[in-house]
Amino acid sequence: MKILIVEDEKELRETLAASLIKEEYLVETASDFHAALEKISVYDYDCILLDIMLPGGNGLQLLEVLKSEHKSDNVIIISAKDSLDDKLKGLELGADDYLTKPFHIAELNARIKAVLRRKQQQGRNALEMGQVVLDLNERQLFIKEIPVPVNRKEFDILYYFLLNKNRLVSKNALAEHVWGDNTDQADNFDFIYSQIKNLRKKFLVAEAGIDFEAVYGIGYKLIEK
Amino acid sequence: MKLANQSLKYLSLSVLLVIALWSTVFYLFMLEVIHDNIDEELENQKRVIIQKLSEDDAILAVSEFGISNYQVHEIPKEKAMLMRNTYQDTMLYMQDEDDPEPELEPVRMLVTAFEHQGRFYELTIINSMIEESDLIKNLFYSVVILFFLLVISIVSINKIVLQRLLNPLYSFLEQLTKFRLGEMSNKPTIDTKIQEFRDLQQAVATLIRHNEETYEQQKQFIGNASHELQTPLAIMINKLEMIAEKGNLQKEQAVATGEVLDMAERLARLNKSLLLLTKIENKQFFDNKTVSIDQVVHQHASELADAATFKDVKINITEGSRLEVNMDPALAHMMVANLLRNALFHNMPKGTIAVQIAENMIEIRNTSTYPPLDTKRMFSRFYKSETSSSGTGLGLAIVKAICNLYGFAISYAYEVQQHSFRIHFHVE
Repeated sequence: MKILIVEDEKELRETLAASLIKEEYLVETASDFHAALEKISVYDYDCILLDIMLPGGNGLQLLEVLKSEHKSDNVIIISAKDSLDDKLKGLELGADDYLTKPFHIAELNARIKAVLRRKQQQGRNALEMGQVVLDLNERQLFIKEIPVPVNRKEFDILYYFLLNKNRLVSKNALAEHVWGDNTDQADNFDFIYSQIKNLRKKFLVAEAGIDFEAVYGIGYKLIEK
Repeated sequence: MKLANQSLKYLSLSVLLVIALWSTVFYLFMLEVIHDNIDEELENQKRVIIQKLSEDDAILAVSEFGISNYQVHEIPKEKAMLMRNTYQDTMLYMQDEDDPEPELEPVRMLVTAFEHQGRFYELTIINSMIEESDLIKNLFYSVVILFFLLVISIVSINKIVLQRLLNPLYSFLEQLTKFRLGEMSNKPTIDTKIQEFRDLQQAVATLIRHNEETYEQQKQFIGNASHELQTPLAIMINKLEMIAEKGNLQKEQAVATGEVLDMAERLARLNKSLLLLTKIENKQFFDNKTVSIDQVVHQHASELADAATFKDVKINITEGSRLEVNMDPALAHMMVANLLRNALFHNMPKGTIAVQIAENMIEIRNTSTYPPLDTKRMFSRFYKSETSSSGTGLGLAIVKAICNLYGFAISYAYEVQQHSFRIHFHVE
């Protein structure tokens, strides 16, 4: 999988690149409009992270170029501007998603995977890890092919972790994902802890072969045992 | 106190003063004239008496004021030579026609001396001054009447003239009280030829313009500042996440990293909420559609269902009628979600959230052990009740801003362990 990061801020570009390399993607970066234009006209990418405000031009112009080549459907716009206009225009130009800075690495991973999954369109729309299969169409959890009942939020949480296998998911990222954006109460973690505890029990009972590993009160990693 | 009444107060006080002063001077002057008159009269009488004396000696025998108003006493020559005409005010017992007994009455008295056939006499003539006290009384009454007449006419003239003069000012004031910075309302105008009022309008217009400029700049500043913070925050959060993920940290370092991460997240949330508020206040949401509030409520209630079960809180939704509102769907969701989340997170075990949807209104009522919110400050930015934890303190401010944007009326009420928020959608 080849991913292009178009972002002028060096620190952010490098951090994102480091994180994506961990996911075993091939990562290339561009720091300004012209470098990006050169790369997209020469190579094909599975996913492009595109900042809108760039030195030398506007990210939306790049998107127009991509659209004219029918390659704009794998673009995730990452912008500091939570502007409705930009968002609408970006999505109109075929961008797949719009992510406002600052975002969690876990959230970016989830969004990238969504783009890649849509491109691949494998037969069964499911995520797997260890003995666990999460069926996304049926919203159903299978452990060793036996259905295990989960509530809505347990499903959401597990889904998020499966998109971030072996990665740290911070409790804030989780809260934002579970409670939705614009939450003023992201510090209400009791409920999330209890959901994770429930899932853990279910994994243990059914010998799922995976477990949550707590990371010093920062968050959890979903790991294979 | 109204300007008209205030001016009336000062006017009547000063009129009272002027009239009092004037009547004193007038009285003294009148008194002087009367005295002159009486003295002249006394002088005349003296002449008449002395003239009569040449025909009738009987006058010399009148030694008491009786029916006549004079008395004569013989005095030694030396004393007579020293005497001049002297006038004086004094009191004497006198019996008028209508008096049953003699009464002490003020009189004007002339004491003089004359010679008759080589002998010297002292002549005292008196003249009653009853008229004078009557005069004072009359003068006083007329002054009082004059005062009231003046005050009444001043009141009515004041009413009519000031009303007419101040009408433009009152209408200007009314416009000014309705004027809100940042709203597209008309600037207050004053329709008059009075220079001072025109100057006032000019001054107010200048003031408003300055304020509007400052207001705009401030709004933009908040927007720009929050916006510029986004990228550094993104870098901070993502770097910290990467550090924490590496897993080669000492426990202490990891915990500290987590704490810093928490703070960065809080900053990011705060920043996002501020940006959102600014956008709502700048009216950057115009994607208005017909939104079914019922649907929005049901969606968020089911989102929160698991958490509600966990917190042992029941959510009851009563739909009196279907409620549809024309507004931006994202804002409708935000408004309902904020209120519902608040209702859940501030609830108590075995508590309830009662959502009532009526024709034109939605009410969200929740049980809670928290004390009532401070109604004066609850909707202002960064308000947190003492019991609140690390929320941004912007949730209710956002709800309020959305209501303001669309002209909805939001109200809050507290009964025993029950907090309720009510939004009326179409306010007449």
